Amino acid sequence: MRSSLLLIPPLLLIGAAAESAIAATDIIPASALIQPAQLASELKAAPPTILQVGFSKLYQQAHIPGAIYAGPTNSETGLTALKAEAEKLSRDAAVVIYCGCCPWNRCPNMDAAYTTLKAMGFSRLKALYISDNFGQDWVDKGYPVVMGQ
Amino acid sequence: MHRRRFLLGAVIVGFGNTSVQALQKLTPGMVPPPFSRTGLDGKPVDLAAFKGKVVLIDFWASWCAPCVIAIPHFRNWQARWGGHGFQVIGISMDDSASEARATATRLHVNYPVVMGDAKLAIGYGGILGLPVEMLVDRDGRIVSIWHGETPPVIIENAVRASLG
Repeated sequence: MRSSLLLIPPLLLIGAAAESAIAATDIIPASALIQPAQLASELKAAPPTILQVGFSKLYQQAHIPGAIYAGPTNSETGLTALKAEAEKLSRDAAVVIYCGCCPWNRCPNMDAAYTTLKAMGFSRLKALYISDNFGQDWVDKGYPVVMGQ
Repeated sequence: MHRRRFLLGAVIVGFGNTSVQALQKLTPGMVPPPFSRTGLDGKPVDLAAFKGKVVLIDFWASWCAPCVIAIPHFRNWQARWGGHGFQVIGISMDDSASEARATATRLHVNYPVVMGDAKLAIGYGGILGLPVEMLVDRDGRIVSIWHGETPPVIIENAVRASLG
């Protein structure tokens, strides 16, 4: 094992560490997930507060109606924005966070956003499960979207 | 056309609402929208200037793990086939150029990188997740589009086929 590791160029090891550092750790429990179809249904009845915690250029292209931009939560600036929006909300409000920047297990934003809001005491927090990306799993499915804003 | 579509502003679509304009998806055979921007290195980057080459357009961001993993492959292909009419162009969807520049420098990117924005992305059918790669042939038409994490060998085979 050790000898095989020695064969790996040091730069590759550094690269692998860097890549894992920006990948999600998947700490959001399954019980906290909400599927796109379910959220789309809730939009018609009693919409929760929706926070988009991904990159701004995604939000500007297309986002879920009523969603507030509060990201990207892989950065201190984004976390500050998220906390500022969250401070306006009741801790027992129904809140859904979503990103969709990349595949779920690669997302650098959702875990940080979920952890931050949980620490603030949000008891009805859900995370929209987007398996691949916002385009394929929400827009292409025909769910409601606001574009070009 | 693309400018007009962007200026439509906020529109809501979905649940069978067909009265508003949706994103115009790009498909193989179409000509990608032109763009001319200043690269991260300060040099001009004009897509039209690469007509006659096989061009791989890569939408990426520094925080996107699959994007960053793919870049060394693109760098190697640029080095290997750049003299045979192949050109990679990176379009960063990072919020700031400094983040994109730092990553491009760290990964020794050897091809032009420009900053993307929502207007450019909408013109390209919406970049609603990363990475997105688009291969354009020597006639300036789209050959393939890949959304999400794609095995490099798939893109490489398409590049080889286009180079002939």
